[in-house]
Amino acid sequence: MAVQKSYEEINEKIRKGEAVVVTAEEVIGIVAEKGYEKAAREIDVVTTGTFGPMCSSGAFINFGHSNPRIKMKKVWLNGVEAYSGIAAVDAYIGAAQVAENDPENKVFPGRFVYGGGHVIHDLVAGKEIRLEATAYGTDCYPNRKVDTIITLDDVNDAFLFNPRNAYQNYNCAINLGDRTLYTYMGILKPHVGNASYGTAGQLSPLLNDPYYRTIGIGTRIFLGGGIGYVAWNGTQHHPNVLRGDNGVPMATAGTLSLIGDLKGMDPDWLVGLSYIGYGATMAVGVGIPIPILDEEMLRYTAVKDEDIFCPIVDYNEQYPYSKPMDLGLANFKELKSGRVTINGKSVVTTPQSSYPRARKIAEILKQWIMKGEFELTQPVAAIPSADADIVFKSIPDRNPNGLTNGRNKR
Amino acid sequence: MKNKLVCYFSAAQSEQPIIYRLIKNYDLVINILKADINPQKEGYLVVELEGDKESYEAGTRFMASLGVIMEPLSESIVWNEKTCIQCGACASFCPTEALEMDRESMEVSFHNDRCVVCGMCLECCPTRAINLHFEIKEAV
Repeated sequence: MAVQKSYEEINEKIRKGEAVVVTAEEVIGIVAEKGYEKAAREIDVVTTGTFGPMCSSGAFINFGHSNPRIKMKKVWLNGVEAYSGIAAVDAYIGAAQVAENDPENKVFPGRFVYGGGHVIHDLVAGKEIRLEATAYGTDCYPNRKVDTIITLDDVNDAFLFNPRNAYQNYNCAINLGDRTLYTYMGILKPHVGNASYGTAGQLSPLLNDPYYRTIGIGTRIFLGGGIGYVAWNGTQHHPNVLRGDNGVPMATAGTLSLIGDLKGMDPDWLVGLSYIGYGATMAVGVGIPIPILDEEMLRYTAVKDEDIFCPIVDYNEQYPYSKPMDLGLANFKELKSGRVTINGKSVVTTPQSSYPRARKIAEILKQWIMKGEFELTQPVAAIPSADADIVFKSIPDRNPNGLTNGRNKR
Repeated sequence: MKNKLVCYFSAAQSEQPIIYRLIKNYDLVINILKADINPQKEGYLVVELEGDKESYEAGTRFMASLGVIMEPLSESIVWNEKTCIQCGACASFCPTEALEMDRESMEVSFHNDRCVVCGMCLECCPTRAINLHFEIKEAV
């Protein structure tokens, strides 16, 4: 009889401490030894992990009120601006925001030593953070200025809410030009001097559930060292792309929007990053458990680096100016070996995502589940999959003359 | 000629406009890399001195005559393992494999003996886990 397991059956095993949990790396060897069917029968959960720069991340914070009360118009945390166009003492600190006094790229390439990702890391590390806010003052909120020191313990709420994380596959970046480029994929040396790549390959969450059969809205996950949930599909979610026979996309495809309590997280898994010439961002640790509901799920989780391909993209002209080019695909196993062949030339590869840390996340999540501390959740709704009809849009180029930003319309 | 030097000087010497003289009288190009002068006005300067051989030698003789102790700069790269997130970007830029990635574990390690202090890793490390360390003596 074919293998069929329900979420409840798997959770019952987790509660009893009987669940068989392996990482997305370990499952490969088990399948090679026992075959798909036997492995699917034996394994209940496969854990995945990824740890790399994810710019579309940030945290909502509610600071509580000053006395007198304040309706914050502008907010800075350690000199990095947070968005405060929401309720009086709520703000959103974005990972990619650079410090107010940062010299940016005025002297090229800029260093971007401190940004929103660093603020979030420092908050989670329990460090003292300078909070500055200005306001115009109202009858209900008379205060116009706050300048104080806070820690994560002092705020009412702080939760990570990342609009786009865990990209399912990513570009392999090269530079066809003749000067060094400083990009979000790191330094790209001229004349294809190196090839930069992201994602954790065979360990990466969405590459192990390519059609999002078990990862959906409400899925409980490892996020930043604590517990988080899938809130929605991520921005730029584009599942209807070219896929291999194994279902794995051969282009940037699915993404996830993730949410979780910052107060339960760990600074080791939320690390501020500085990309020379580009800006500040944050490395986010994400781990997603995949229930082996049947043999099909087991087959997906057994995906190997050699079965994963990503598009080679030029960051001199193709990417910045959206020029159509076809530079072929790079294989993930080759990328991880340290050299890849592009146009007959052997090129050094530069990783952006930390494979050892991805491996550790999958291992931590495995331990949580084996100890019965972490149960799986069935998604409350699915996110759009490969049969969706999503069109990837760009900003329309229209003449704004005569429009009045909506003011006169009322 | 172009050299990086650490110049140690005492309180009396720091009263002298040494850098001004080096530029004006000896026509040297001076780039101050680091300086630390304490309230007693003792301290050190890390400078890059550039000029033709004759001016360079005359300039350094001038400093020696004032009692300034000069030593060639020794720099070293310090890899902070605790800050490193093991992405491995540095290893792909390191020309001498001093920063090396093990392909099995995908972990980075640093071998000081192979490092030529080119500084490429300082630019590409997103966590800024790699620092340039100037070796400066405690006191003279």
